[in-house]
Amino acid sequence: MQERHMVPVWFFVGLVLAIDGSIIEVTGIREWSHPAGTVLSGYHTAVWWGLLLLALGGFYVYKFWPRKS
Amino acid sequence: MNARLISLSPQDIAIIAVYFAMVLGIGIYLKRYANRGEDFFLAGREMTAWVAGLSFLSANLGALELMGWAASTYQYGILAAHFYWIAAFPILVLFGLVMMPFYYISKTHSVPGYLQLRYGESTRALAATSFAFMTILMSGINMYAMALVMKVVLGWNIHFSIWTSSLTVAIYVALGGLYSAIFNEVLQFFLIWLGALLIPILGLIEAGGWTGLVARIHHNFPQGDYVHLWRTTGSFASNPMGVHWTGIVLGLGLVIAGGYWGTDFLVVQRAMAAKDLRSARLAPIIAAYFKMAVPFIVILPGLLALGLLPFKLVPESAAGPGLHSYNEVLPLMLARYCGPGLLGLGITALIAGFMSGMAGNVSAFATVWTYDLYRPYVRRNASDEHYVKMGRWCTIVGVLVSIGAAYVVTHFKSIMDYMQALVSFFIAPLFGTVILGMLWRRTTSKGGFWGLFAGITSSIGMYVMVKVDPSKLAWIALSPGAKDMAENLYRALWSWLICVSVTVIVSLLTKPKPTHELKGLVYGLTDIPSDGGLPLYKRPIFWAGGVAVMFAVLQLIFW
Repeated sequence: MQERHMVPVWFFVGLVLAIDGSIIEVTGIREWSHPAGTVLSGYHTAVWWGLLLLALGGFYVYKFWPRKS
Repeated sequence: MNARLISLSPQDIAIIAVYFAMVLGIGIYLKRYANRGEDFFLAGREMTAWVAGLSFLSANLGALELMGWAASTYQYGILAAHFYWIAAFPILVLFGLVMMPFYYISKTHSVPGYLQLRYGESTRALAATSFAFMTILMSGINMYAMALVMKVVLGWNIHFSIWTSSLTVAIYVALGGLYSAIFNEVLQFFLIWLGALLIPILGLIEAGGWTGLVARIHHNFPQGDYVHLWRTTGSFASNPMGVHWTGIVLGLGLVIAGGYWGTDFLVVQRAMAAKDLRSARLAPIIAAYFKMAVPFIVILPGLLALGLLPFKLVPESAAGPGLHSYNEVLPLMLARYCGPGLLGLGITALIAGFMSGMAGNVSAFATVWTYDLYRPYVRRNASDEHYVKMGRWCTIVGVLVSIGAAYVVTHFKSIMDYMQALVSFFIAPLFGTVILGMLWRRTTSKGGFWGLFAGITSSIGMYVMVKVDPSKLAWIALSPGAKDMAENLYRALWSWLICVSVTVIVSLLTKPKPTHELKGLVYGLTDIPSDGGLPLYKRPIFWAGGVAVMFAVLQLIFW
């Protein structure tokens, strides 16, 4: 399949994770001083989970970025 | 709309919208690669072991699987984990190491295709017709159930849920075929895990770890044992599921798991799409690791609900204002821990689960219909392009028929139970037919057909018998203390035994196929390439050993 230069599935995975991670991260930072009324909201889960998604997604996007042959 | 469990913020809706845009975008992008039959129906047989393995598991991780087993855990406790552990370890390894080579080396395109090569047309026709019928109806039933959950959880209109999600699946599978289904299943795999993983992490923090959780469950439910896997299965009456360990080991671990993993084309198709035999054998073994980890995001939330929720959940029939049903366990736990953004990710996980399951059904249906029914019985010698076109159209038609089935179910809800049972009628005996065909060269065409037929009819017979007279359950499970779940396990076991017995007897009385016709199809007559020249870490048997260790450790910890 290399001859057909199909973009690897991991690139699409990375893209979605990076976008979702960004949205969650921004939401988490904005809510830092007044967290949502969920259980354990003091842990600011959105901030670190968003960061994790962003890092994972960013890695996949960088690693599998479709390059021109 | 007022009774909704969760309200979504704009960030949540944005995350869901990104998901829909991406799955459609993947379908549009992959259309250019799916113009030959081999590409559209088998993804060019060029998937790596990891892609095939993750897709293999993802097709099985439907939303109903996630929510249904979380609900079952609330009812039965950790016993529900048997459906992830003993239902994964022995058979996924057997499938990868023993069965997969025959499917792969025979170069068949489907499970009914293998049956045609091994047994002939009549067995293929029986298997293909049953599979196509069941798959499409099950897809509709799952669609309805999912829409119902979205209505309860989010207050979404039931028609909106059914049409939006199913048409999205229809579009991306019709465009990119199995390529598109597999790519999206890998994406869905990540979203399911990352969307659901926060519940067990935060739940364990809140409960004070596993020990704290067990103490809370004992406090809330002092009358039952919800935290031991095997200790209570010595008799039917001593556990909330009403099962005995023999039913779990033989009925579930051997027969139901064998039928599901080894013969259900919905999952087998993903392994068949692997780029070489080693990858095809590794795919189910990779899936086994993740399958055994799934209880972390499904069973543990059910246990956390038992220990942490300040109210008790009730059966669906008793749910009403102020009372939540078992089926709402996962959404309730999601709402407990996830604020804006994270909630969208969790809901996306549920939608992704539904869509991966549906795409699995639809892509498998398109292949079986086109190659095992349309090509042999309707139009034998058409061009490859014609069959691809047929595959695209029957994807759309399959989804529309599924939608129709979903609406039928809304009027006759008991059909849902019957259909679930109908699927189980078929896969347990089919496992007997396939495994004998692969391992015993003396099995004949007539033996295969009549064994399968006897297995299916006896299974239906047992089901009807218990429906008419529930006390007959004691006959099937061999104990008056057995409950509904035991019936499923033992019915599967008996129907498999009947299938195997009839196949053996009829085979011994009829003429076998000549040896040269069985090459590449049967053990002893198939040249299976050796892994001996590969480094240890690249051999499927090495990774299969790891699954065995993981299984043993989990059983010991939660014994």
